[in-house]
Amino acid sequence: MGKTIINKSSLRISENGLEKKTSSKRLEVLKTYKIYIGGQFPRTESGRYYIPVNASGKKLANVCLSSRKDFRDAVVAARSAFSGWSSRAAFNRGQILYRMAEMLEGRKLQFIDELIQQDATKAKAEKEVDLAIDRLIYYAGWCDKFQQLFSSVNPVATSHFNFSVPEPTGVVSIIAPQGDSLPGLVSVIAPAIAGGNTCVVLASETKPLCAVTFAEVLNSSDLPGGVVNILTGKPSELASWFVDHMDVNATIYCEKDSITQKMIREKSALNLKRVTFYDKVNWYSGEGQSPYFIMDTQEIKTTWHPVENIAGAGGGY
Amino acid sequence: MAAGSLTMLPDFSLSPRIDQVGVEERASCFTKRSIKKESKMNGLLLVLNMIDLTTLEGKDTDGKVKQLCYKAMHPHDAIPGLPSVAAICVYPSMVKVAKKALGDSGIKVASVATAFPSGQAPRDVKIRDTKYAVNEGADEIDMVISRGKFHAGEYNFVFDEIAAIKEACGDARLKVILETGELGTFDKVRRASDIAMHAGADFIKTSTGKIQPAATMPVTLVMLEAIRDFYYKTGKMIGMKPAGGISKSKLALHYLVMVKEVLGEDWLNNEWFRFGASSLANDVLMQIVKEKTGVYQAANYFSVD
Repeated sequence: MGKTIINKSSLRISENGLEKKTSSKRLEVLKTYKIYIGGQFPRTESGRYYIPVNASGKKLANVCLSSRKDFRDAVVAARSAFSGWSSRAAFNRGQILYRMAEMLEGRKLQFIDELIQQDATKAKAEKEVDLAIDRLIYYAGWCDKFQQLFSSVNPVATSHFNFSVPEPTGVVSIIAPQGDSLPGLVSVIAPAIAGGNTCVVLASETKPLCAVTFAEVLNSSDLPGGVVNILTGKPSELASWFVDHMDVNATIYCEKDSITQKMIREKSALNLKRVTFYDKVNWYSGEGQSPYFIMDTQEIKTTWHPVENIAGAGGGY
Repeated sequence: MAAGSLTMLPDFSLSPRIDQVGVEERASCFTKRSIKKESKMNGLLLVLNMIDLTTLEGKDTDGKVKQLCYKAMHPHDAIPGLPSVAAICVYPSMVKVAKKALGDSGIKVASVATAFPSGQAPRDVKIRDTKYAVNEGADEIDMVISRGKFHAGEYNFVFDEIAAIKEACGDARLKVILETGELGTFDKVRRASDIAMHAGADFIKTSTGKIQPAATMPVTLVMLEAIRDFYYKTGKMIGMKPAGGISKSKLALHYLVMVKEVLGEDWLNNEWFRFGASSLANDVLMQIVKEKTGVYQAANYFSVD
């Protein structure tokens, strides 16, 4: 009788194509791909899921089909994390981004494996993971430097010391590049949080595996819960919620779909969200990284500080 | 009145024992109702109308109280036709300011008294505290019971004190705060509820808001059942006020379901049910605006006080 059971289970395993060696009696433990909100890994509140498949039709996983309520919860988490994250020393934010890169480096093989499942060749997968790590290091470096570059001391006609500095916009909703799994995702998250924002990100609908695993990297890298929240699901269903929530201050969209772009522009006007479209960026090239990406979710604040006109030294600052 | 009457008082040490597992299970049932669309909207408006908007801080100033009174009368002017809250809840020294600010709006002024929140003061001081608040114009008095005496088993002391404060209240309605977070067990919550109601409380209230845990659904359920049993026994309605820790609309709606199913519709108005809260109002307002506009709201579009 015991023999029959073993045969059955090994048969089931091979049917699914999850494990080729039928000689193994052990069932592989598969990961549940959950979403990432406020530093926790809940399932979607809606209880729904979808099954993305790769080019050869293989089922990748049961992935959460997030609802607008998951988005709402994520915004609450992002908002409450904002004051802590934005008031951290810029240098410390840099340390944490660097730590994220360290963690990603340590789990390289897992990401490569997932990328291969999602149709990449081994060589391409390795390149993509390296790129993602390097990009985190790149923005880790910029954390405490972009401010100097984009700040200014402004000449004014009155006796004021007048200066302008970039400050984080707030909560950023991001619909990540849909065409790839990891480099695009990292390339939109890193500049937003490097500048002190918190964000809610919708992963690629068809290639969501790395996004969830990346959330595990974030979770183990000193990044406070709520700074990055990652949902999986359909942009077609969630895009309008991503842009009309009054507690979201900026939004990023990376596709060329002009109808969605128009909708985003219209709904964002409701509370004057900062809207950015990265529909022409090649994330795999050098143009996929720049301090200007940080500036897209910054706003410039200008301070007029009264000063004395000392000993007739003339105007200026 | 109850204290002076000749009715036989029950032996409070024989108050019903509470089945903790049963109460928690029953309370969790109320959180599983799905309330949507119009019923949600009506529920939210009712919650708003049941709030005792509260500021009980050492740093309270006249200005802060005036501002809160304005908020009570005009919760969110962007949406016309919203109900006002039920009452403003302040310290005795702020009653006059609140009374003046609220004018003839119909919003009640509730004042905490009796050495709130600890209640550690001699009885004559507590009575003076109460009379002062009433003379300043308080419509309602929120007193605290002497938890130390209660724990020591001196139920008569607690009973007499409540009766004495009730007398000092005159026409003002008396809410008796049990401070359930300091009572420890459901049995004691039930016993304290029974004592308070027999001694003349018009309302029983869970907490001061200064101690954790404050109001929870199970503890409120125990008190609601005490009110129900008291009503069956005496025919007298007693009000209920959970206070502290209720800051989300959804939770407030769960409480309404519980009141409806334990006590019935007669209690579903601000004459008999209140929420003691400071941040609940804004969450309710955000939900109302969300229902009206279809767009999730942000806190910075709503007045803080």
